[in-house]
Amino acid sequence: MSAPLFELKDVSFFYQRQPALKELSLHIGSGERIVLLGANGSGKSTLLRLLDALYFPCSGELRAFGRSISESAMADDETNFAFRKRVGLVFQNPDVQLFNPTVFDELAFGPLQLGWERQRILQGIDAVLKRFAIAHLRNRAPHRLSGGEKKRVALASVLILEPEVLLLDEPTAALDPESQGEVIRLLIDSRNSGRTIVTATHDLDIIEDIADFVFVLADGKLAGAGTPAEILANHSLLEKSHLLHAHWHVHSGGAAHCHRHEHGHPHAHGSVSPDTSDAATSLPLSKSEEQG
Amino acid sequence: MKKRRRSFAERAARDLAQAMEYALDAEVMGSRHGFLQGLDPRIKLASILALIVSGVLSHSLLVLAGLFSLALALAAASRVATDKMIRHVWLSVLLFSGLIALPATIMVPGAPLWQLPLFGGIVTQQGLRSAVFLIARSEISATLALLLIVTTPWPHVLKAMRALGVPVVLVAVLGMTHRFIFLFVQTAEQLFEARRSRIVATMSGAQQRQMAIAAAGTLLDRAIQLSSEVHLSMVSRGYRGEVHLLHEFRTRLRDWITLLIAISLPLCILWFQK
Repeated sequence: MSAPLFELKDVSFFYQRQPALKELSLHIGSGERIVLLGANGSGKSTLLRLLDALYFPCSGELRAFGRSISESAMADDETNFAFRKRVGLVFQNPDVQLFNPTVFDELAFGPLQLGWERQRILQGIDAVLKRFAIAHLRNRAPHRLSGGEKKRVALASVLILEPEVLLLDEPTAALDPESQGEVIRLLIDSRNSGRTIVTATHDLDIIEDIADFVFVLADGKLAGAGTPAEILANHSLLEKSHLLHAHWHVHSGGAAHCHRHEHGHPHAHGSVSPDTSDAATSLPLSKSEEQG
Repeated sequence: MKKRRRSFAERAARDLAQAMEYALDAEVMGSRHGFLQGLDPRIKLASILALIVSGVLSHSLLVLAGLFSLALALAAASRVATDKMIRHVWLSVLLFSGLIALPATIMVPGAPLWQLPLFGGIVTQQGLRSAVFLIARSEISATLALLLIVTTPWPHVLKAMRALGVPVVLVAVLGMTHRFIFLFVQTAEQLFEARRSRIVATMSGAQQRQMAIAAAGTLLDRAIQLSSEVHLSMVSRGYRGEVHLLHEFRTRLRDWITLLIAISLPLCILWFQK
């Protein structure tokens, strides 16, 4: 087993008095690709913010890189600087993350804060522009970009820092299929980088591609843990965690997903005798069926 | 068929959409090839400032007319449409500065020119001159400022300000304000579109006001949430209260010639007015 980078022991976190995480214990090893799987409101985003030392446990202990992470520890410039160099978080909403006037400035923001030299920053910017195929957006205002472009710039603005740990909050949310595919491809490509990647998602379709291990969260608690195959096979766990619906199923080839399908029953049209197969396929899709 | 009066929600959604279009227009114009577009933003900012100062310092209507002509020539050389300047600057500046300047025509003591028929006030030569100067200076300053804004991408204006010694905090606040105004305009637009799609009957004035107040409250709430999230994302990338910027500007000979001419103008005006 790899050495733990993050260790959480009975960590709880509250928004005002509303509990978001309840006595959560888990550890994340170096170089692991982890998925935090959970429905909306399960505590995934809160956990990512704790791992990025933006929030701090209300009770319990969080350790990162062998050190206890607390508000007072992060108030120390040296500790803060060392931590920020090693951990990067890509927020779910790219509008939150893209606050600079141009894409160039956005990419330069992190390196400038971490005190990189000018030449290194310029080289880094050129490299990520090329890697994420966003060189044509260099001087564009981030708020003018499409959803997929914003997401790529948000990813690039964090990956330019070459963090040891990459935290991703719903990286494929609200993206069109092509942009989703691009983001997933980038995560798959990162497999050989040795980087620790923690992805929060509720998308069952992508976890086999992007994870070695899955933690399932439900109502702020750890509901289960295992390899992607184990988790996807555990339907009762997924149902209990509000991650499954009636149209979700696993194909014999192993691909787990839900897709558009139809339900029909034979019936007669006037004098025409019922033909089961034709009638079934000619039935209009109901709204609930189209969801698949 | 009787034409229905646009509701508050419809008007608000349309105005917000227009604001977005106007901003897009400015971006397109800034990327065109033209004289001002080709200048280094720092030189351009300094030169425009020097021209505005020239207008403020001048006591001669002839010089003001010359500066206005120069602004028009710069607009033409930079392919900025005159109708845009008329709509966005000249009419509104004339209206606002005219309102401020109007009382001066009567209140400033001096040689009487004519008596107003209704109020009996006497328009003086000095009063009229003050009003004309105020309006002319406002028009020149606003025209030059518009030329700067529409021929320079806003990020470059900000960087130029920083290069000219404007405090980094002010520049950062201006930059974020500009960036998030768009986000809120978009949010407000969606908010009003959503309202519009659900409104069938005509709303009373009180209902419209109530809706506007509710929308303002929702936007404020979102603004607070967003600002908190933005701060977290900045902290996540190493922000500790100090903003650092990277400049990429390069100056050429024509930049320095432009700056020399622009700076010599107010100096000449001061010299001849001595």
